[in-house]
Amino acid sequence: MAILVIAEHDNASLKLDTAKVVACAQAIGSDVDVLVAGHECDAVVEATTKLSGVRSVLVADAAVYANAFADNTSELIVGIASDYEHILAAATSHGKDILPRVSALLDVAQLSEVVEVVSPDTFVRPIYAGSAMATVQSLDDKKVMTVRSSAFDAVANDGAAVTVSIEKVSDSLSQFVSQSLTESERPELGAASVVVSGGRGLGSSDNFAILEQLADKLGGALGASRAAVDAGFVPNDLQVGQTGKIVAPDLYIAVGISGAIQHLAGMKDSKVIVAINKDPEAPIFQIADYGLEADLFEAVPQLLELI
Amino acid sequence: MKVLVPVKRVVDANVKVRVNADNTGVDTANLKMAINPFCEIAVEEAVRLKEAGVASEVVVVTVGPKAAQEQLRTAMALGADRGVHIETDEELVPLSIAKLLNAVQSKEEAQLIILGKQSIDGDNNQTGQMLAALGKMPQATFASEVKVEGGQLAITREIDGGLQSITLPLPAVVTADLRLNEPRYAKLPNIMKAKRKPLETLSIDDLGVSLKSHQKVLKVTPPAERKGGVMLASVAELVEKLKNEAKVI
Repeated sequence: MAILVIAEHDNASLKLDTAKVVACAQAIGSDVDVLVAGHECDAVVEATTKLSGVRSVLVADAAVYANAFADNTSELIVGIASDYEHILAAATSHGKDILPRVSALLDVAQLSEVVEVVSPDTFVRPIYAGSAMATVQSLDDKKVMTVRSSAFDAVANDGAAVTVSIEKVSDSLSQFVSQSLTESERPELGAASVVVSGGRGLGSSDNFAILEQLADKLGGALGASRAAVDAGFVPNDLQVGQTGKIVAPDLYIAVGISGAIQHLAGMKDSKVIVAINKDPEAPIFQIADYGLEADLFEAVPQLLELI
Repeated sequence: MKVLVPVKRVVDANVKVRVNADNTGVDTANLKMAINPFCEIAVEEAVRLKEAGVASEVVVVTVGPKAAQEQLRTAMALGADRGVHIETDEELVPLSIAKLLNAVQSKEEAQLIILGKQSIDGDNNQTGQMLAALGKMPQATFASEVKVEGGQLAITREIDGGLQSITLPLPAVVTADLRLNEPRYAKLPNIMKAKRKPLETLSIDDLGVSLKSHQKVLKVTPPAERKGGVMLASVAELVEKLKNEAKVI
């Protein structure tokens, strides 16, 4: 049976997460369709048809889908669910909002943050902030799951899927008021190959400027620990950890971060981890490939000079 | 307006759990247990709504073993008016929990249900959304601000990339994010008073809900260990290692 992937986008561009979820779908089976629900999202539809291995792109273009509200989007998905055995979305704020609602309407359990496909009904997912990995077999006739995109490599853009439009629309009970997005020239945190993160050790919002310079020099994204977010140094969407973003870049540089379990849950699958901290006992050193016991205000400027 | 707050008993957030020897689960025997941090934030928000005169009654509910009554008492010490305990020793998936909570909601008819966005043991992030679906209510997940204005809810949500403000009609389900509030500590006199607050115990059968078996956990294993790293003496050495050994810059 076929697999449905829910595309993630902002009506203007397709998020890279979708290409990673398609890769997960292809590890399950071959008939992969992608649903694009949105409004005036032609560019997104076009980008989706190019995803390698996608059979068809289902398009629900209506004003009521512009804000991807969970109540009506889940109705839309349930309306086409009979054709699919698997329904997948990225484990982002968008996917996490919508898919459990789909599961409940279909009366099936959901699997969250899948990191590995063992077989079409058996999957691996982390529990307890990544302190354990559970291999779970679904006994339901439909498998609804969110996928941790950092665990999969994006598919290429050499596809040529057909588009099918869906006319049926349903209204949402919610009303959109406003949105404030953090503007950034840097790569997206979840997709960056280099992430430079700061913690409480930075001391102030202004001091984050040196990490920004380092991130820019390495072409990377800026991240933060919860302590730095709670202290108001940076906006909360930069938070890396159990309750923030889960990242797995090639290089993760943790500066002034002690390494609480909840933070490690968000970055311990990075390929190379560097820790700069003045406390030699900081737990972050236990998982860092390269540790440097140093004052960050001396080490980071030196690092900037040498790379 | 009545507010219903589902809470969960979990292993304390600061405890490092270990996978048990036969790889069937994590070893939770003799570990410190606590109310899930996100549930604590949900309780705090409900109590603040009561203090602001918006909520008339705050009812906390939990699904779990007898010991979970401790967490209901904690929630009552924080300001909840009464507790409902659905007693079961079974490990239930979020959908089953949501069905039980939906049955409680049918009895209580609360106008607002506030849950934590996820529990820190299962890390599922599903129950609130599922409850909203079963009760045909709108939902506002990952809330960092909750206001009740003119009979409807005004919510600020934490989304990837920033914040989103929405309004929704009542009754509705809200799930609390970390930054919604700073939960208070229970004061000793309130802990004593909480012992006398009403606590109703129900069985799954009492609620007339039939549950299905949805998933089988085949095994639980420790995550891949990272091999031990090295401590370096200088920034120059770090740059050299990153360039020539790890080849990441």
